[in-house]
Amino acid sequence: MSKKSFEEINEKIKQGKAVVVTADEIIDLVEEKGVKKVAQEVDVVTTATFSPMCSTGAFLNFGHTEVPIRMSKVWLNDVPAYAGLAAVDAFIGATELSESRGFDYGGAHVIQDLIDGKKVKLHATSYGTDCYPKKEVTTYITKEDINQAYLFNPRNAYQNYNAATNSSDKIIYTYMGTLLPDYGNITYCTSGQLSPLLNDPLLRTIGIGTRIFLAGTQGYISWEGTQHVLSVEKINQSTTQYSGATLAVIGNLKEMSTQFIRAATFEKYGITMFVGIGIPIPVIDEKMVEFLAVKDSDIYTQVIDYSYPKRSKPTIKKVNYQELRSGAIDLNNKKVPTAPLSSLKKAREIALLLKESIIKGEFLLQKPVQPLPDNNEFKPLNEREVE
Amino acid sequence: MKKIKLSLRFSPHLTEKPITYHLIKDYDLVINILNAEINFNKAGKLTVEMEGTEENIDKGLRYLEQQGVKYKIFTKTIIWEEDKCVHCGACTAVCPSRALKMDQKDWSLSFDKSKCLVCELCIQACPINAMDMDFFL
Repeated sequence: MSKKSFEEINEKIKQGKAVVVTADEIIDLVEEKGVKKVAQEVDVVTTATFSPMCSTGAFLNFGHTEVPIRMSKVWLNDVPAYAGLAAVDAFIGATELSESRGFDYGGAHVIQDLIDGKKVKLHATSYGTDCYPKKEVTTYITKEDINQAYLFNPRNAYQNYNAATNSSDKIIYTYMGTLLPDYGNITYCTSGQLSPLLNDPLLRTIGIGTRIFLAGTQGYISWEGTQHVLSVEKINQSTTQYSGATLAVIGNLKEMSTQFIRAATFEKYGITMFVGIGIPIPVIDEKMVEFLAVKDSDIYTQVIDYSYPKRSKPTIKKVNYQELRSGAIDLNNKKVPTAPLSSLKKAREIALLLKESIIKGEFLLQKPVQPLPDNNEFKPLNEREVE
Repeated sequence: MKKIKLSLRFSPHLTEKPITYHLIKDYDLVINILNAEINFNKAGKLTVEMEGTEENIDKGLRYLEQQGVKYKIFTKTIIWEEDKCVHCGACTAVCPSRALKMDQKDWSLSFDKSKCLVCELCIQACPINAMDMDFFL
């Protein structure tokens, strides 16, 4: 049984000898050559996703004005940012709405404008202190003239996600898009067989410190994502449904490109952000090849009825991604059209880009410094009476 | 030859009349039905493309008026700003005529304008505002 270490693979990358394929490409390779041969021949498999990921935001350090201010309230293009940090630090969250333009402009748009190098209006107020006497500032900033601008996303790259439908007689507007009445459509949102955490479902190679492609630059996995649960459910003998694992990621916003990160608005729901993430998975052994050879037809998710405005929503059916990708599935003897919300075209572009930069020796693998937890619970918030 | 797109509304007593037959036979118009919701004894809706000489189109429209069919000529068209598009597919979830659909091979979005009913659902459904409305006339 062949085993490879991160160090050996990195040595090959540096020498320009590494064999790198995408998670799409490895499927045919395994069918053609078998697991054993592929484990010997292939060194790295690239995975990717480009999906709306609400839990996105950026830390910014503006620098000090002459006559300094201890900013306590901050707005960027009229979008409130959180400034309860140090004097000139703030966090702008993607889903925050503009106070003047509502759903048309939000935190995600501020992040997009900053990445594009546009000037952004900074307005800050303060109560004034002895060392920070200034009480108000209004000016413009760009990513070039502020000290730090880094994306820090507490929950990205969901391992798997529900597909959504609507049994009610009214159109509903959700973070899964517009759902038409009477099971009029189904939406789904992962890149399936190309998706990072579905190719390393037990997180054998992905952990804290893993170097990733993040929105056009090299970023890192900084922690488990919020709501992270490493859960596995058997659908039948040969197929398994994974869900739950998530990642917190970090990267330099100044080096990002809006080719790979974009502000988005879901009608009557709110603002979010498409984030492009690519993760290289080292082929450390044959077991890894088995995971990496996963196909859309082996990956299951559940179709959930989003018309119930409750925590627990009914599951209508289990389906696999090949069925979802086919354009329509049977639901209660009716053919219901399916539509993606995650761009497979962009995900493929990212997987190819990552593959090329590894081949060129520009992207080295980073072994995790610590694995992500495998014993988390997914807890609800039970409301208690407050005295 | 001229081509227009229009939506027709039939009151219940008109749903048994072969209106499109007469438009074709008597006025030499090419009628392409894009969407139809016609039930016997119920109000009906048709979205059609009508092609013919300017004169025949005018006569055809007058015939519709005489029959009591209410119509609206589309003066709007949907524009897909392809350079903005990220090809997510959110618009395909709401497109009733499948004018917007995903290519099953390379998963890019395609927009067949001739199938578009200008229902405008895609404009709201697009998360990045890549669908817009254009007016002509």
